[in-house]
Amino acid sequence: MKPLHLHENWTALRTIVTKEVLRFARIWVQTVLPPMVTMALYFIIFGGLIGSRIGEMEGIRYMDFIVPGLIMLAVITNSYSNVVSSFFSSKFQRHIEELLVSPVPNSLIILGFVGGGVARGLAVGVAVTLVSLFFSPFSLHSLTVTVSVVVMTSVVFALAGLINGVFARNFDDISIVPTFVLTPLTYLGGVFYSVSLLPDFWQAVSQLNPILYMVNAFRYGLLGTSDLSLTVSYAIIIGFILGLYLFALTLLNRGVGVRN
Amino acid sequence: MSNAALEIRALRKSYRNGFEALKGIDLTVAEGSFFALLGPNGAGKSTTIGIVTSLISKTSGKVQVFGHDLDREVQEVKRNIGLVPQEFNFNNFEPVAEVVVNQAGYYGIPRREAWKRARHYLGELGLWDKRQDMARTLSGGMKRRLMIARALVHEPRLLILDEPTAGVDIELRRSMWEFLQDINCDGRSIILTTHYLEEAERLCRNIAIIDHGHIVANTTMRGLLAKLDTETVVLELRAAAQRLPDHDSIRLRRIDELTLEADINRGEDLNTLFQLLDGAGIHVQSMRNKTNRLEELFVRMTRAVESADRGIRSAP
Repeated sequence: MKPLHLHENWTALRTIVTKEVLRFARIWVQTVLPPMVTMALYFIIFGGLIGSRIGEMEGIRYMDFIVPGLIMLAVITNSYSNVVSSFFSSKFQRHIEELLVSPVPNSLIILGFVGGGVARGLAVGVAVTLVSLFFSPFSLHSLTVTVSVVVMTSVVFALAGLINGVFARNFDDISIVPTFVLTPLTYLGGVFYSVSLLPDFWQAVSQLNPILYMVNAFRYGLLGTSDLSLTVSYAIIIGFILGLYLFALTLLNRGVGVRN
Repeated sequence: MSNAALEIRALRKSYRNGFEALKGIDLTVAEGSFFALLGPNGAGKSTTIGIVTSLISKTSGKVQVFGHDLDREVQEVKRNIGLVPQEFNFNNFEPVAEVVVNQAGYYGIPRREAWKRARHYLGELGLWDKRQDMARTLSGGMKRRLMIARALVHEPRLLILDEPTAGVDIELRRSMWEFLQDINCDGRSIILTTHYLEEAERLCRNIAIIDHGHIVANTTMRGLLAKLDTETVVLELRAAAQRLPDHDSIRLRRIDELTLEADINRGEDLNTLFQLLDGAGIHVQSMRNKTNRLEELFVRMTRAVESADRGIRSAP
């Protein structure tokens, strides 16, 4: 088998990513603006109004404590929803066939869609960070941890969105997971509170939630404080990336949801 | 390694519900040919095309495109094929030029070269002025032409068109025929499925008819048409005929008071028909072929398969 040459592969990947970025950039009013507005409301209501009565969390002002979690919440939901909606609509309109008839390997199709999801996740993450500056001073403990965790978390949820898109057969299927799985797990992932406040039993249950590790690692990157081990967090994030990537690749290689 | 543009051997496709769409077909499309693949709805045409273009997985059999095996060299196979599918399958929310340029990108063609080719093919197909319009705003005929430009942008050696002129007005259809004939003359092999048998007869030098998952004919257009042993013409009369004359190789029958049908054996010329009618005092006002010649054969062949299938199904 003579695969596409390296530069041809690079052109193909760049084409998919550019197409995906243009897709969400063209409709920025629907994709980038709403999370900025929503997060501004979170900052005002939870951070400002309620947070002022809570005082400190883990020795940090409550408003400052929730900033990393809310940025992460925006990154996770946007990385996921970008890929799931883009992949499903390409199936729905059948233009996924443009890729399927071309010599682009399935691994590049995955990377392309994930690249688009990560781009949107990071764009929204930066936008929400800018909004947060109106409420909380910017703080950075470790640039490496912050960037690596936010990018890898975005990859995890972009991959998960792709898998959801592969299985989805109608528009309901692309909203079930974000509504009933992703949002509850994120809210219970230590965005608004420290798990150390929970009773032992619920602390143990919370540790089964992978989002808890991602939020805490990101909070460590920005504020230098975390409930959990950074090494365990990295191991879990990398484990999810590998597992989800291999699963997505197997699905596309078998043609699940895309080939008859 | 075969020189054929497409070689299919013992190709089978069974769906999970047990439906057998292809029952072991063999098909060879010579390089450079303009090939018609005809068949009634559900005969297996689109399944065959879907397998060749990797959109449908085969159950068994071999497919080779310019000698490249679909199982072992799928990327080479894909690189050599351009597909114009039956249904619109581009992103409606992308500008026209981007649909074509992105497709080139999937084949590893750098953006500058992709724009050059997009300009060429969109220009040839009369769409360059629409390049910035969203694809959804195009008319049906323009959308079909956009899919042709998209299929050609990576300059494949084999172009497969699945019903390319469905819903296209006659003027536009003729200009598309000319375009396709031109690119075939340049050496590109073309496989065409169509419901317009006039289109197949006019464009294609070779033909296969598929029905109920079997290939029932695979020959040259001339060879196939030579099988037609009778041709039927419809005659509109000036006045009602009193009696119908007899002839060994021409059979006349009355359709209504002023209309006759004549079955003329192959080899018999029309002068004999007119002499016969003249002798009987029958004056003809106008004459037309009852059906297109290919249509006549197509109906006969597909009916024969249907009858054979019914026989098999009704057997104990």
